[in-house]
Amino acid sequence: MRGIEKSFPGVKALSGVTLDVSAGELLALVGENGAGKSTLMKILSGAQPADAGEIVVDGAVAKIAGPKDAELLGIGMIYQEFNLVPDLGVIENIMLGIEPVRGLFLDPQGATHAASTVLAELGIELPLDVPVRRLSVAQQQMVEICKCLVKKARLIVMDEPTAALTDREIDRLFELILRLKKSGVAIIYISHRLEELPRIADRITVLRDGKAIETRALADLPQDEMIRLMVGRALDAHFPELPPVPTGAPVMLQVAGLRRGNRVNGVDFSVRAGEIIALAGLVGAGRTEIVRAIAGADVPDAGTVTVEGKVVRITSPRVGIAAKIALITEDRKNQGLVLGMSVRANTTLAHLERFTTRGFIDKHKEDTAANKSIAELRIRTPNDEQLVRNLSGGNQQKVVLAKWLVGDARIFLFDEPTRGIDIGAKAEIYTLMVDLARKGAAIVMVSSELPEVLGMAHRILVIRDGQIRAEFSHADATQEKIITVAAGAAA
Amino acid sequence: MAEIQAEVRANLENRAGDARAKAWRTYWTRFGIFAAVLAAIIVVVNIFTHGNFLTAGNLTNVLRQITYNAILAIGQTFVIITGGIDLSVGSLIELSGVVMALFANATGLDGVLLVLATLLVGVLIGAFAGFVNAVPVVRLNLPPFITTLAMMLMARGLAFKLSHGQPIALNTHAFDSIGTGYILSDVLAPLHLPGIPIAVLWMLALVAIFAVLLTRTRFGRYVYALGGNEEAARLAGIDVARAKTIVYMISGACAAVAGMLLMARFSSGSPNTGIGNELQSIAAVVVGGTSLTGGRGSVVGTFAGALLIGVLNNVMNLLNIESYTQEIVLGAVILLAVIVDQLRRKYVAA
Repeated sequence: MRGIEKSFPGVKALSGVTLDVSAGELLALVGENGAGKSTLMKILSGAQPADAGEIVVDGAVAKIAGPKDAELLGIGMIYQEFNLVPDLGVIENIMLGIEPVRGLFLDPQGATHAASTVLAELGIELPLDVPVRRLSVAQQQMVEICKCLVKKARLIVMDEPTAALTDREIDRLFELILRLKKSGVAIIYISHRLEELPRIADRITVLRDGKAIETRALADLPQDEMIRLMVGRALDAHFPELPPVPTGAPVMLQVAGLRRGNRVNGVDFSVRAGEIIALAGLVGAGRTEIVRAIAGADVPDAGTVTVEGKVVRITSPRVGIAAKIALITEDRKNQGLVLGMSVRANTTLAHLERFTTRGFIDKHKEDTAANKSIAELRIRTPNDEQLVRNLSGGNQQKVVLAKWLVGDARIFLFDEPTRGIDIGAKAEIYTLMVDLARKGAAIVMVSSELPEVLGMAHRILVIRDGQIRAEFSHADATQEKIITVAAGAAA
Repeated sequence: MAEIQAEVRANLENRAGDARAKAWRTYWTRFGIFAAVLAAIIVVVNIFTHGNFLTAGNLTNVLRQITYNAILAIGQTFVIITGGIDLSVGSLIELSGVVMALFANATGLDGVLLVLATLLVGVLIGAFAGFVNAVPVVRLNLPPFITTLAMMLMARGLAFKLSHGQPIALNTHAFDSIGTGYILSDVLAPLHLPGIPIAVLWMLALVAIFAVLLTRTRFGRYVYALGGNEEAARLAGIDVARAKTIVYMISGACAAVAGMLLMARFSSGSPNTGIGNELQSIAAVVVGGTSLTGGRGSVVGTFAGALLIGVLNNVMNLLNIESYTQEIVLGAVILLAVIVDQLRRKYVAA
């Protein structure tokens, strides 16, 4: 790949990325969340077009307009989320889209033969007579790899393949990877787990802010150097000054022994009035799940949530809201907003009882509140009747905030509050968070952007595997320290 | 400070002006085309029917004919806005009609009291059936298509069992005025009008009540919200399960009211009057601009949809079009209405 560029509205995702990989080689691609790894791979697989640049396969410039082109060129993708048909068997999934036929009819023997050849080559044994949804994650991953190989893939891209595997399963996967390399398959391996790279990687490319910063052989790139390259950027955004937490400020929120599924494994922390706490960590570390459990979006399996000294049994979002907890979700479009409703209706949705007189919605009260929010948060919309669907990302995020600000929430859980919004709107949201803190609210912010974590929090809790692994104060924290703990590298 | 306040106020006033203009535009795009098409049809049809269409008597007739479907469609509108569907309403007309007739014949009451008690029995049955429809939907996330399909079969079977397959004739005249009566007959006589059918008044009242419920209350807002984005609604603290359950109960209750009016009209509760009515009601809702994917729609739109379908039926009768051809035309019109609606929406959004 040479000089790949890609922009999204308001964001330059990739600028002039060049990388190469040879047969039998494993190139590891590392970088922070949002460095551009996924975008790059989507371009390679034809899921998204590049704005500029070219892809060269075997010395010839290739045109990849869609997933089918990538497949024909021998490029296979294994995403974190598998693309399997859960109710079909292993063979049917491996042969999906390339089913051998005899005349008009499927040829099951042919399919079994082709699929079992690949399985045998890889030395994999899988139960063939059950639907793949009954297989373990590791087994499903094997099916994905076979899917690539049966289509004669010569380059396989793996996105975080070990994220959901146990140690034993990882060992098996690595054996398989080494075997693939030996048979001449090139592999691009995306991972946050830096400690596993020495076992399989030949070369490493560090991606940062959409640029390929450095490519070196594994032996020439020690882990601490790698981390430095990944994070090595100045704090670029302007953060408002954090007001100090008043001495003796009461504890607003206390969480003890919080558990939920296998993503939240015993979390304890507390937040005082006027304090902003950041939950840092990698995607999938369990940060979102922690705030969701506190707010009642998911019901916790165990643990206590104490608000202003009172234990609250969180059983639903309604209980959370009654306890003055507001969850500003990461996924605005699917969880935060009703896109087909107006700015006004979205603003008042969570507190409609305040805008009701004698059983009827008081449109005047609603209008007043919505227009006040529009003015205070500087939501750019022609009027409060505008459908939220038609607003920009930053303004949509402000509507989500407005929805919680019209209530009396005292604890704000922000999940990736500035994801996908432009710098101007980001600064406004930071200012708003600081204002809330100054007024005595307790704030928990989940963020994958390290500058934001460093610039906007009194304390930083680093989450890995659903537990708090380290705590840093605003003064002590550095990007290197955080990412070292987050990635699980030997500190 | 004062300047800023003035600016904000000026801004708000501007916005309010914009909002009013916008509301008119929305109103026009929602009903404008509908009204224009209707007007054109009326003119053309009136010429072809030699003036038989635009007579007060005929129009009154149309209104009376659409009463049952319109009332069913009101409840269906609520269900469809939440993204669901209710296939059981046709059967619930029958079941409630049969039970109400049995009840009315068995009890010793008479007059208004009898009517009210009977209506109450019917509405309770309808609402209970709606509750049964909703429980698997909200608890187990089953598709409403299935639960209401099951209810459709069960309610119809029960209606046949209770009535032994025969209409249950009413042995009281307490329902006569509701079924066939008119009001304002004296006032309207000079206009060669028989008056306004009482059943039509029931329909108009229900349209008004449920339009207000949907647009002016918290419950109505929640219906739109959970149809538009159920997860966002849940996270906003809305009791999604409760709102959904009520919606299906409303639909069942509306079916029972339609069942009562039908029973009154024919002086009997019959187990086979409702077949196909569920689809008719869905057609009225969809033609009225409610989105089958949920989140959007209105009771007034549904009334307009039922009216359009009723006018079409009436016109085709006046033109002596045979009934098979009528079905073809009706199907085509429903398809056309939905296509036009979709295109208009695309055009407006762009």
